Amino acid sequence: MPSLVLSHLRKRFGDLQALDDLSFSVAAGEIFGFVGSNGAGKTTTMRIALGVLAADAGTVTWDGRPLDLDLRRTVGYMPEERGLYPQMKVGEQLVYLARLHGLGKEAATAAMEEWTERLGIAERRGDEVMRLSLGNQQRVQLAAALVHDPAILVLDEPFSGLDPVAVDVMSTVLQERAAAGVPVVFSSHQLDLVERLCDRVGIVRAGRMEAVGTIDELRSTATPRWRLTTSGLAPGWEAAVPGVRVVETATAPPSSAGSAATSPGTVVLEEAGGTAPGGGPQAALAAALAAGTVLEFSPVRPSLTDLFRHVVTTPEETGPVSGAPPAPAEGREKRRRTSRRSHDSRRTREETR
Amino acid sequence: MSTSGAPGQHPVRLVAGREIRTRTRSKGFLWMTVILVVAVVAGGFLLSLVQGSDKAQHVGIATGESAVEAPLKAVAEGMGVDVATSVVDRDAGTAQVRDGSLDVLLVPSGDGLAAVVKDSVPELLSPVLTALAQQLALSRQVTDLGGDPATVSSAVAAASVPAQPLEPASVVDAAQVVAAYVVGILLFLSLMTCGQMISQGVVEEKSSRVVEILLSNIRPWQLMSGKVLGIGVVGLVQVGLVVAAGAGSALAFGLLDGSSIDIGPAALWALVWFVVGFTMYALLLASLASLVSRQEDVGSVTSPVMTLMVVPYIVAVSVAPWDPHNTLVTVLSWVPFCSPLVMPTRAALDAASTPEMLGALALNVVLIPVLIRLAGRVYSNAVLRSGARVRLSQALRQDS
Repeated sequence: MPSLVLSHLRKRFGDLQALDDLSFSVAAGEIFGFVGSNGAGKTTTMRIALGVLAADAGTVTWDGRPLDLDLRRTVGYMPEERGLYPQMKVGEQLVYLARLHGLGKEAATAAMEEWTERLGIAERRGDEVMRLSLGNQQRVQLAAALVHDPAILVLDEPFSGLDPVAVDVMSTVLQERAAAGVPVVFSSHQLDLVERLCDRVGIVRAGRMEAVGTIDELRSTATPRWRLTTSGLAPGWEAAVPGVRVVETATAPPSSAGSAATSPGTVVLEEAGGTAPGGGPQAALAAALAAGTVLEFSPVRPSLTDLFRHVVTTPEETGPVSGAPPAPAEGREKRRRTSRRSHDSRRTREETR
Repeated sequence: MSTSGAPGQHPVRLVAGREIRTRTRSKGFLWMTVILVVAVVAGGFLLSLVQGSDKAQHVGIATGESAVEAPLKAVAEGMGVDVATSVVDRDAGTAQVRDGSLDVLLVPSGDGLAAVVKDSVPELLSPVLTALAQQLALSRQVTDLGGDPATVSSAVAAASVPAQPLEPASVVDAAQVVAAYVVGILLFLSLMTCGQMISQGVVEEKSSRVVEILLSNIRPWQLMSGKVLGIGVVGLVQVGLVVAAGAGSALAFGLLDGSSIDIGPAALWALVWFVVGFTMYALLLASLASLVSRQEDVGSVTSPVMTLMVVPYIVAVSVAPWDPHNTLVTVLSWVPFCSPLVMPTRAALDAASTPEMLGALALNVVLIPVLIRLAGRVYSNAVLRSGARVRLSQALRQDS
């Protein structure tokens, strides 16, 4: 099966190492979600893939062939900063772009008609792009990426600025293209969407691919967590249990009927420091059962948001680095790091309020 | 999807086609073309009115004196005065002089002729009439002496004293001066407008970010040359229309009678210089415009080029028509980038020899490949870098 392979991409802008040995691949028919903080290198990667930016090192191939200009004409691209001729009519513009991608005049016109119809902008064909609302301009932009029946789709933030209906249309289109055998790469900060749509996800941080895989694969790398809801236990009881770390605590506000000690509380726990005999989450459960009432004990399936937060906030040396040399911008990294503890305690405060 | 041998057209043609469609549909462009054409035709018409008023001198010849008609015409022609003659009855002729349809009525008077005029003999006619009287007197004497007046008058007509000027004054040929003005102003206007279309077009693509989509499909040089080609075709059509309107109205209104201007080559040179000048300025402006990302900043990078256009233009239209062999004009007409704005004026004034024009043309054309290289480099390096203005040195150096 052919696949789009980006391998060992490097790009430096002055002092900033924007991409540092970044690699990933997307198979035909696969939807790949590309996530990462702002400035992590997603847009740079996509621009390099589309040849509008030259990499310092690394290659981009499709089915083993370098993604040269001829191949790039078969790519549907939606740049991060939307780009259309503001004073050109929607229909004319889409036909023009389709023809630049190599379509004949009739085929281009037919494709324009089809996509404006599907994306709900058929009645705006004769209007200049600048007269459309932002949401509709976004639909035109998507049509521009699809109008030449691309063999590969690379979309930078395709969902930003879309209303829920348009999000559904866009999701359907991406799934449909993938089903037709097109590899789809898109970046997004809407992680719930990424989780729902993508077969595989890549989390990029400071120009490096920190984690790649299916959501389940990413979950398996995370330490298992349990949610334990109890009542009748004094807050902080779990500190005495060995081999667990508290990720989250939440205590129901004390009702008029009872004191803080007896109101239900929830903790999210994970194993810490190796499971000593007589320690760990199971030990915590046993301790809770012995001292009070257990209302709930269940494994927590981390969402992509949790995984993402975990990856981008974990100090560099403990992250799943794929054998790459340490990033040169050590100082910048340190500033960016957020201690997990302080982050979690902040969250706890918010949730207990 | 097939990746090669796509049925589509060549990208340069597609880009050029889009430019042509967009530009020719713009109201501003259409109006400017209409206004230029109308201005040239109306100007030609007005000029023909001015010239037509002092054209033919109407001379009436009283019945019975019709023998003087032939010598009068011969004398007038020899002196370069346009005379229309008619033989009329004396009374009717007098009435015509009074109402102005005849300038002069020649009537018999004693041995010779008298001129019936409204107030005085028109300035142009008075030497003609004097010469005519002298010739008639001469003929009479020759006849009296038994000679043949026809032989004598042909000998007299042929006799002249050729001038040997030490400092020949340049003869100001009205048609040439007008043509020089029209060509000078037209080339400046169209190079300026087309140049602005280029620079604004480049920045429009850059500021709207559509360039990012375009360049994921086609190479920067294809986008740049398509744009230059498309706008160039549009500009050439505009200049061609105006030149054709000018030449056409000059011929139709008879503005060229009595002028030494050769309108065909002058018009052709104007078009040639437009093509050369446009190519040079378009490349220069496209590369400079690619350095900035906002329309507001276009002026700051292109103003040196605009100045480069204004200076030779001012010299061409303010000095050349009155002093076609002026040193400054001659020198500027050889300087690349200035030639397209000065040479056509000299061509219209017939002040530059063909080898001189070909030489200047070669000097400019030789620069074009160099410009293509430099402009392509700057454009390719700068057009995808949005945000702050890209420094020219940086764009020239880097090959990203």
